[in-house]
Amino acid sequence: MNAIETLLIALVLTNLVLLGASRLHNAIRIVALQGIGLGVLPILAHHGGMLWAAVLLGAGSALIKGLLFPAMLRRALRETHGHREMEPFIGFNLSLLCGVGALALSFWLGARLPLPWPPVADLLVPAGLFTVWTGLFMIVARRKAITQVLGFIVLENGIFTLGIVLVEAMPLLVELGVLLDIFVAVFVMGIIVFNINREFDHINTDQLAALREDAP
Amino acid sequence: MIRLLVLLPLAAAVAAMLLRAPGQRHALLVATAALHAALSVLAFIRPPACAADAWLGLDPAGLLFLGLTSFLFLAVAVYAVHSLRQTRGSQGRQVEVDTGTVFVNAPEAVFIACLLVFLSTMTLVTVSRHLGVLWVAVEATTLATAPLIYFHRQPSSLEATWKYLLVCSVGIALALLGNFLVVIAAAAADGTGGTLLVPELLARSVGLQPAWLKAAFVFLLVGYGTKMGLVPMHTWLPDAHSEAPSPVSALLSGALLNCAFLGIWRAHAICAAAGLAEFSGALLTGFGLLSMGLAAALIVNQSDFKRMLAYSSVEHMGLLAFGTGVGGVAMYGALLHALNHSLVKAALFLVAGNLVALYQTKSIAKVSGVGRLLPVSGALWLAGLMAISGMPPFGTFAGEFTMLRAAFAQGQGGWALAALVALGVAFVGMSRAFLNMVYGDAPAGLAPAREARRAYGPSLMLLALSLALGLWLPNGLHRLLAQASLWAGGGVP
Repeated sequence: MNAIETLLIALVLTNLVLLGASRLHNAIRIVALQGIGLGVLPILAHHGGMLWAAVLLGAGSALIKGLLFPAMLRRALRETHGHREMEPFIGFNLSLLCGVGALALSFWLGARLPLPWPPVADLLVPAGLFTVWTGLFMIVARRKAITQVLGFIVLENGIFTLGIVLVEAMPLLVELGVLLDIFVAVFVMGIIVFNINREFDHINTDQLAALREDAP
Repeated sequence: MIRLLVLLPLAAAVAAMLLRAPGQRHALLVATAALHAALSVLAFIRPPACAADAWLGLDPAGLLFLGLTSFLFLAVAVYAVHSLRQTRGSQGRQVEVDTGTVFVNAPEAVFIACLLVFLSTMTLVTVSRHLGVLWVAVEATTLATAPLIYFHRQPSSLEATWKYLLVCSVGIALALLGNFLVVIAAAAADGTGGTLLVPELLARSVGLQPAWLKAAFVFLLVGYGTKMGLVPMHTWLPDAHSEAPSPVSALLSGALLNCAFLGIWRAHAICAAAGLAEFSGALLTGFGLLSMGLAAALIVNQSDFKRMLAYSSVEHMGLLAFGTGVGGVAMYGALLHALNHSLVKAALFLVAGNLVALYQTKSIAKVSGVGRLLPVSGALWLAGLMAISGMPPFGTFAGEFTMLRAAFAQGQGGWALAALVALGVAFVGMSRAFLNMVYGDAPAGLAPAREARRAYGPSLMLLALSLALGLWLPNGLHRLLAQASLWAGGGVP
């Protein structure tokens, strides 16, 4: 087993831990870890071509996802003084069960997708798909605005992993643009979370329901 | 020249943050808008040449929407300066009558800077020839507009901003997956040759792998469809468009939805070139009809007039998707309708801003007697109703007629009838609300106000332009619409 496979297995494991994590601080730490690990991935996966591009992309990604995001989210959490628990819509055990199901589905899909060329590692597509799924699940099944931001970051991590298949085909400038967009997105989300807390005294998005369409 | 179009508003945004005096900032906003419009006109007269592998360049549809965006922004900038001056009189504190909450506005410098960044990112969407750059630009429009929607610092705006940011960011993330799939579809068996450059994809369309391209289109449609407000990804749209200050609503509905449509348009063009027009067209038709049906149903019982306008936008975006999906001459009609819908909807949102400023409410039931209190706005409100309902001689009629006639001619009469029913239902719902607002007695305590020329001028101009386009379509514009339609595999009437 090479380094890439190890990293991808670690990615799958962090996703499972995230699905079962009940404390926000832990979740933030795990997402940070995931971000740093993914920063190494493009450097390992790159073959031929521009090493410096892969290094720049990996370092930038690790810096933003591993250091900046967690710092911002911790700050938002500190300001909110609220419960530090996840407050899920779907319980942790059931979440984990869903996760295992999704993992099986990802492997099945990954085996069936006839990629025109072999990816750097067999695990890449299933691990990426599973991460995307974990992110979407966190956005839907967790109550707090801050967990939804975490879910968005995990979703992006999954897409980033899938993008490794195309390391050579995506121009660096575009990749950096994507990274910048995500950075600003999470930054703006952090500000909004902060304001939600100030206005409503909580960051539970299920109580943001004033604008719903009334049932006729 | 193209770079200047993108960078000019960006530089102005930085300047807006640095300037101290509000008057200078207002002047800067209008001057930048005017300069941008002038540059766009120049691009119309002499389309700038670009290298074959350049990331930025103007395809016909891009040029069309660039001009539209630039023009709308100019009209909105004039109005925005007026409405900013108006709200400053109240020491920054305002009261939302419906809920009784007191709120303040965001700092004006941030508002104007975000407006200018918004213009820059929309321009970048229109000039992108590279799907990756297009993605970056569309996501950037979301980020630039989020602070604009939260301009009125009150809980409901915050809720709308959060929904907008999250739903659109997740949607756009799926479009990024779509981009990856495009690269795979274009790559050879050894992994080389993947590209996101639209002209190259169009030129090599025969060699693209159909299965991957189909999957890519689905993701791009869902991703950009979220931003365009297609049902069922539209949930954020009525909230954001109704909670944002009216000039911003006008830009969101009039310009930003078109930008998302442009993303889908380009993806559809690639599919059509690769012989998959039937597949992508069927998806577009389905999403389009679904959007029209649901929006029409929700318009009927709507109690908030800005939300009503927002649902009307969902409906018209559905109509654009439907027209594009039908293909052939209907694609020409879709572009013509996109143009007219933007003019009319922006005008309606600006008039709605005048109503909110006087009545301090968005509730249809609490607004009556507009015709007495604000005669000009009342007249424009009724004219806008006629225009948005697609009545001749407004330009909206020409677009809708072209699309529906093409649908009948191409054997899709059943779907065209369904679209007509949805349009009819929406017309009944909107006219009932609009007529009740304009006629009737004014609520006690409100006196007829003198209407400033800047309050109604922009909407008057936009509606007049849509009327003019209905009566006479200039040759140059017809040629551009035809080019854009042919570029994406459509037809010309």
